[in-house]
Amino acid sequence: MLDYITSYLKSDTTPGSAGNLFWAFVYIVLIFLGLSVAVIAMNWLERKILAHMQVRLGPMRVGPHGLLQPIADALKLLIKEDIMPAEADPFVFWIAPLVVVITAFTVFIVVPFGPTHAVTDMNIGVLFMLGVSSLSVLGVVMAGWASNSHYPLMGALRSSAQMVSYEIAMGLAVVSAVLMTSLNKEGTGTLSMIGIVQAQQAQHVWFVFKFFPLGLIAFFIFAVAMVAETNRAPFDLPEAESELTAGFHTEYSGFRWSLFFLAEYSAMIAVSSIAVTLWLGGWMRPFPNALGGETWDLVFSLIPGLIFLFLGAITFYSTSRMPKHPYFRVQTLGLGGFGAVLALIGLLLLIPPVRDRVQDIFWFCAKVAFSMYMYIWYRGTFPRYRFDQLMKVGWKVLLPMGIGVLILTAIAGVLF
Amino acid sequence: MAPITTLHYLVVAAALFVLGVIGVLTRRNVVIVLMSIELILNAVNLNLVAFSRIWGLHGQVFAIFVITDAAAEAAVGLGILIAFFRNKETVNVDEIDLLKW
Amino acid sequence: MAPVATTFFFYFLSALTVLSGVLVITRKNPVHSALALIMSLLGQAALYLMLYAPFVAGVQIILYAGGIMVLFLFVIMLVNIEKSLKEDQFNKQWLVGMAAAVALGALFVFVYIKGKGLFPDRTIQMPEQSNTQQVAVLLYGNYMFAFEIASLLLLVAVIGAVVMAKKRI
Repeated sequence: MLDYITSYLKSDTTPGSAGNLFWAFVYIVLIFLGLSVAVIAMNWLERKILAHMQVRLGPMRVGPHGLLQPIADALKLLIKEDIMPAEADPFVFWIAPLVVVITAFTVFIVVPFGPTHAVTDMNIGVLFMLGVSSLSVLGVVMAGWASNSHYPLMGALRSSAQMVSYEIAMGLAVVSAVLMTSLNKEGTGTLSMIGIVQAQQAQHVWFVFKFFPLGLIAFFIFAVAMVAETNRAPFDLPEAESELTAGFHTEYSGFRWSLFFLAEYSAMIAVSSIAVTLWLGGWMRPFPNALGGETWDLVFSLIPGLIFLFLGAITFYSTSRMPKHPYFRVQTLGLGGFGAVLALIGLLLLIPPVRDRVQDIFWFCAKVAFSMYMYIWYRGTFPRYRFDQLMKVGWKVLLPMGIGVLILTAIAGVLF
Repeated sequence: MAPITTLHYLVVAAALFVLGVIGVLTRRNVVIVLMSIELILNAVNLNLVAFSRIWGLHGQVFAIFVITDAAAEAAVGLGILIAFFRNKETVNVDEIDLLKW
Repeated sequence: MAPVATTFFFYFLSALTVLSGVLVITRKNPVHSALALIMSLLGQAALYLMLYAPFVAGVQIILYAGGIMVLFLFVIMLVNIEKSLKEDQFNKQWLVGMAAAVALGALFVFVYIKGKGLFPDRTIQMPEQSNTQQVAVLLYGNYMFAFEIASLLLLVAVIGAVVMAKKRI
């Protein structure tokens, strides 16, 4: 039994490929926990960053600088009354949020945090991710239908039409990236996520910079399509509050609504991780060849710890700037504690054994975090697209661009 | 338990096929008849892929073509259904019995 | 990597698929029927994975469960089904239809009992890591013509569906 557990530690493949169920289960639990923390952090970050972009402060009351706001939101959602509309179809009403959450979480089986840090490495990794995220459209349609009311039905129809349209543009961009994987020495491409990052490693270039500007245009098409796929601004007409009273999840309250919310953020992280794997080099650190060698490796491996220490320093600085009033004592202590935790994590990441193992995971998460920041930035900057403009962009602009990029990438691949 | 041979998969495919045929022949709702046709096509696909384990990958390629054709046929069939429903307001197969009205 | 618990997964998945198939043809509400069909399609995709056909499984999930069933659900929502929920569900000749289907089933059973030893029991060792590449070699090599015709067929289907579902031609 113990042999079964420790025998995996010597192998150099993912737990799924090695057939080791225990470690696959451990990875799944870790991903679950990581996703929950990421969704909570995204909630807080989104409100604070949007607020600062709009020259206001955001939540400041609940914890120090609003740090406990997501927990307060979660508690509120858990104790809210669970309402089901009178004429609603109970089975479909119950199962719709489950479908959306399950499909949003299942894609993380193939997301590679490192060369062996994925739950499994399927031969059809990219195809699996696209397929399972296309199943979330079914959950949206079911939610709108089961609510038995006009606004959710229209919101669901619009939302699912939008998601299906932009899936095509996403697929074309993905195909042109997969085409670039076949340009290495063996001449065969691969659909597996780990294989795609290894192809970028072998060709010494991130696919976003390959055949400039073709990789960039493909990445741009995917970036726009992924924002539309997850129903986020500026493509969030189906769920915007001023348009359709929250669209397909209008009639959901309490915990069911929080499942939709969880699924939306998980889907954002999932499509961002596809973008990072296909174009931005996955788990590779920046400049592995131009700035290679022992010393540069050491410098880059210190960056995670230094970033957390820097965040801890900022937190300590803002602790010192808290108002010196007895009412603020608890909050000041809390913020100081949070800063201490951040600094501790930073110190932990500077220890050499931890430093080497955490490298791949850190760079992957940093790139996904950059993509999440872009999501929040888009929400704070762009006005909303009207629905017919949205469909026009999806079919008449992105689709021809995607086909053009695919053909030009194929021609460039043959010529160079 | 006996090891799973190709015959097991063929039996499952036959069961799905018979269920699809029952659906096509006995239901009144056109949408459910179309869904039973999809069941039939899926049973054929399972047969093809089960045999491709013995005879090579040609079965899988054929299965991909069958899925593509099923998509095209579902789209056209549902288009016909919508065009018909707009005129006669019913989805009953029994009432779609006039060549011209 | 050796397959794990094949008999259990096979019986579980095939029971799921066949039971969902039964639900498809017996539910009164077409939305429930569509959901049962989605369950059946996903069970079948898992059966394809057991048959070492990951690419066909991926295509089934994307196209069938994620494309065709969305289309079905859209049409069910556009078509007013409340009147049809109160009518009879099985048509006038259901007895004859059942008899024909039972006869077909008996034919299948007869064929499988008689022909059990017909096909070889060997299975080709297909490496799982290169299934997509091998399917692609066949698809773009031997079956290139069929591939082009399939794309033309899809174009015709798109135009046909758009023309038929428009308000005025």
